[in-house]
Amino acid sequence: MRVPILKLGRVLLTSLPADLTDQQVMDLQIDALALLRDDRADGLVIDITAVDVVDSYMARVLSETAKMVGIMGGVAVLAGMRPAVALTLVEMGQNLIQMETAFDLEGGVAKVQRAMATRGGHRDEPPEV
Amino acid sequence: MTTPIGSERPDEAPLETLMFRIIAEIDVAEARRAARHIAGRHGFKTVQAYGFATAVSEIATNLVLHADRGGVIHLTAALVNGIPTIGFTAEDDGPGIPDLALAMQDGYSTLGGLGCGLPGTRRLVDTFAVTTRPGEGTRIACSLTRI
Repeated sequence: MRVPILKLGRVLLTSLPADLTDQQVMDLQIDALALLRDDRADGLVIDITAVDVVDSYMARVLSETAKMVGIMGGVAVLAGMRPAVALTLVEMGQNLIQMETAFDLEGGVAKVQRAMATRGGHRDEPPEV
Repeated sequence: MTTPIGSERPDEAPLETLMFRIIAEIDVAEARRAARHIAGRHGFKTVQAYGFATAVSEIATNLVLHADRGGVIHLTAALVNGIPTIGFTAEDDGPGIPDLALAMQDGYSTLGGLGCGLPGTRRLVDTFAVTTRPGEGTRIACSLTRI
């Protein structure tokens, strides 16, 4: 099952379920990048409030997604990491998560909007039909 | 060099053992979930339970990616000297790890990963043992004692 992506203004929002596979994250990566490419949004917030295990593979796919979004000109933020997950990631090794992070969804959205504002605003909205 | 767990030690009282055949990613998700639950059932708190589940996830994903035909994971819970201890073993008949010392170093990866799988997992558990034979397979055994 694909993880749904919601759209709030120019920001894509997605919340990862507890038991997800790396494949689901890769599908999410493809879906999000397609939406960015089609000029539907400027950034992506990935909420991991429900996720209790982030291993090195998951960390890698998430970081790569952020890198791709960044190369395309957008911003990706990881939001809502549980304290125990953060602790586990720090124990496992440094620099496992190489992307912007925020305490919660709200902070994540603000971070995307701030980043896009500093970069000179978002792309033009498609004309109203 | 393998640290025996389960009922192999005389001062141990086994509580439960669960077996998982790991072939695809969906099997990893199942083992990960079970790891969290076995930790919870035996009174492990969140941080230890998450760490244990992450270790299982890491090693199980290795089975999917590195062992040609996957492998088997056993989750165990036992009383060691009266203290609840959870552990897992991962066994496969894959290619083995050619240079174990290198694989245990941070930053080393053959598949372009982050290279922190084995050393990272080692830091999440109390005991960690690997035996590997090129062309024959690998066995990893880990255990975690309840704080």
